Amino acid sequence: MREITYVEALREAIRMAMEKDPSVFVIGEDIGVYGGAFGVTAGLIDQFGKDRIIDTPISEAGIAGACVGAALTGMRPIGEMQFSDFVVLAMEQLTLQAAKVRFMFGGKATVPMVMRLAGGSGTGAAAQHSESLEAWFVHVPGLKVVMPSSPAEAKGLLLASIYDDNPVLFFEHKLLYKTKGPVPEEWYTTPLGKSKVVREGKHLTVVATSIEVVRAQQAAEILSKEGIELEIIDPRTLRPLDMEPIVNSVMKTGKVLIVHEAVKMGGFGGEVAAQIAESRAFGYLDAPIRRLAGLDMPIPYNRNLEAHAVPQVENIVDEARNLVKGVY
Amino acid sequence: MVNSQAEGLIGGVFTREKALDLIDTMLLVRSFEENAEEMFSLGKVHGTMHLSIGQEGVAVGTASALRPRHDYLLNVHRGHGHFLAWGGDVNRMMAEFTGKETGYCRGRGGSMHIADVEANNLGAQGIVGGNMPISVGVGLSIKAHQTDQVALCIFGDGASNEGAFHESLNMASIWKLPVIYLCENNAYGMSMSIKKAINVPHISDRASAYGIPGVTVDGNDVVEVYKAMKLAEEYTRSGNGPYLVEAETYRWKGHSKSDKQAYRTRDEVKEWMSKEPIQRFAKVIGMGEEEVEQRRLTAREKIKKAVEFAESSPEPAVKDILEGVYA
Ligand SMILES: Cc1ncc(C[n+]2csc(CCOP(=O)(O)OP(=O)(O)O)c2C)c(N)n1
Ligand SMILES: [Mg+2]
Repeated sequence: MREITYVEALREAIRMAMEKDPSVFVIGEDIGVYGGAFGVTAGLIDQFGKDRIIDTPISEAGIAGACVGAALTGMRPIGEMQFSDFVVLAMEQLTLQAAKVRFMFGGKATVPMVMRLAGGSGTGAAAQHSESLEAWFVHVPGLKVVMPSSPAEAKGLLLASIYDDNPVLFFEHKLLYKTKGPVPEEWYTTPLGKSKVVREGKHLTVVATSIEVVRAQQAAEILSKEGIELEIIDPRTLRPLDMEPIVNSVMKTGKVLIVHEAVKMGGFGGEVAAQIAESRAFGYLDAPIRRLAGLDMPIPYNRNLEAHAVPQVENIVDEARNLVKGVY
Repeated sequence: MVNSQAEGLIGGVFTREKALDLIDTMLLVRSFEENAEEMFSLGKVHGTMHLSIGQEGVAVGTASALRPRHDYLLNVHRGHGHFLAWGGDVNRMMAEFTGKETGYCRGRGGSMHIADVEANNLGAQGIVGGNMPISVGVGLSIKAHQTDQVALCIFGDGASNEGAFHESLNMASIWKLPVIYLCENNAYGMSMSIKKAINVPHISDRASAYGIPGVTVDGNDVVEVYKAMKLAEEYTRSGNGPYLVEAETYRWKGHSKSDKQAYRTRDEVKEWMSKEPIQRFAKVIGMGEEEVEQRRLTAREKIKKAVEFAESSPEPAVKDILEGVYA
């Protein structure tokens, strides 16, 4: 199959949706001639014009609110937060408006919008441009939260998100943008709310999100040479969360390591751990549920400190090996 | 010009000594930025940076009208020039830029967050408009302490479309806070022309909506910037409340590291390059090209020393990684 990058896959999804459906449009900062800070919308303005690829002033609350209003009235907007950190300026529109209007209106309105956000560390962008904020939105009923870890899923999940009738927060990772992988050329959707077993193994279940799925796969290759087989599960959608494959896997392996880049305290991993502990897998555990996550700190600028602030491949290797060998 | 020089003051405002200091600072800023760009392209720094080449006149004209280190500075992401004009030490600044322990923020902040709290420099900003509400608090604090300080809050044209701009100017106005708002209008946000981003001729026009004075000046003319800032300073320091100065200038380089600049024409850039602030000021003070070049070499030498300082400085230790999150 043809291989393209994560960025190209996202762009292809947007293009396909816009070609098919005049209600889809994109709105954000520097998405037109500039093509988006990470190039996702490059060239789209030439094809669709400035009324459907809408460059905005630097006004994040306005971008989010414009999506809500358009979505309430028959459009399917795709908003862009240039860096996911800036979503804090749009919180009211996303969490108090987008997430709640349907419920408050007795289920009579829909808000079919997607907010794409460029998240994560690893580019030296420091504390205000490197956060992983997905857990904040997982805490809000009414929102969906999606985190693709590969080009194929970037395309399939984005198309599914655009056609979902709920507000979707779509977290992309800056370090994934240039990664390449096989992506079908045709239209397809990857369903929201379905976890995926990325790699099968019998010794340890690893639940990972976003960039950490890629790192977990690299760790699995290394450990496989030592005879340790990881089973990696990517929830892909953090809300709604599909626990079935995770629970089944833990019942098989008896051990689980949860890995994400976001800060551990209050992170998404705590939710997964709790749901495992509450599930029928509890009795099958023969080791503590462990989490490997970002350190309890903002992302530092210095390159070396930055790398140490979030889980890298070697950290996953060490943690997984220890867990399998009963060292904890 | 001839007249004012006859009166002994350059442009009617600067002593010769002061003027030489200003041109040297501009040359230092220019050299810092040129070196930053080079280090970046050689892969010696990672992350991103926002160069202020072409905008040096705003930085030195502004700082020279205020009392750096006594007053408060709330800097902008494109802030290397303002940092140096505020009297920042170029060695420690370079060390921060390269992420070293000897840097102003111990390598934790980088280009976008350089601060010198001891010098009342409350740092550059990673968030567009993020310093504006903070300036309200600084203004309240100055009032509470009953000092004669002012706060200088710097932001770009793009920032004036954040809600924070409007909330802050209004609050500063109703409470008559000693804050000077300096909008460095370099014609673009990242790629968005200010002409497409607002529907009034000048950002300073917005001041009237908050009942405060607003002026627009040629930001590439150091004397004009100084004069406008001096008026703002006198107004604000004597308790009349906030003041908005819009300095029109132009960024020569791309927005940050990867900018193809498809949103503007070469001719437009060239036209602005002909209004270059350093050469213009050299003419005002009657400095020949040879002397400018001589002084440029001195500035470059300082930058070279700063790079040596930074390169020989230690990296932050990983064992200290969690330091500084909480007091
Ligand atoms: C809240 C927020 N939105 C967007 C950005 C990304 N960004 C950084 S600088 C910039 C352009 C700012 O334009 P302006 O205020 O005119 O300053 P300039 O870069 O031109 O100096 C943008 C969009 C950001 N850092 N913060
Ligand atoms: Mg600007």
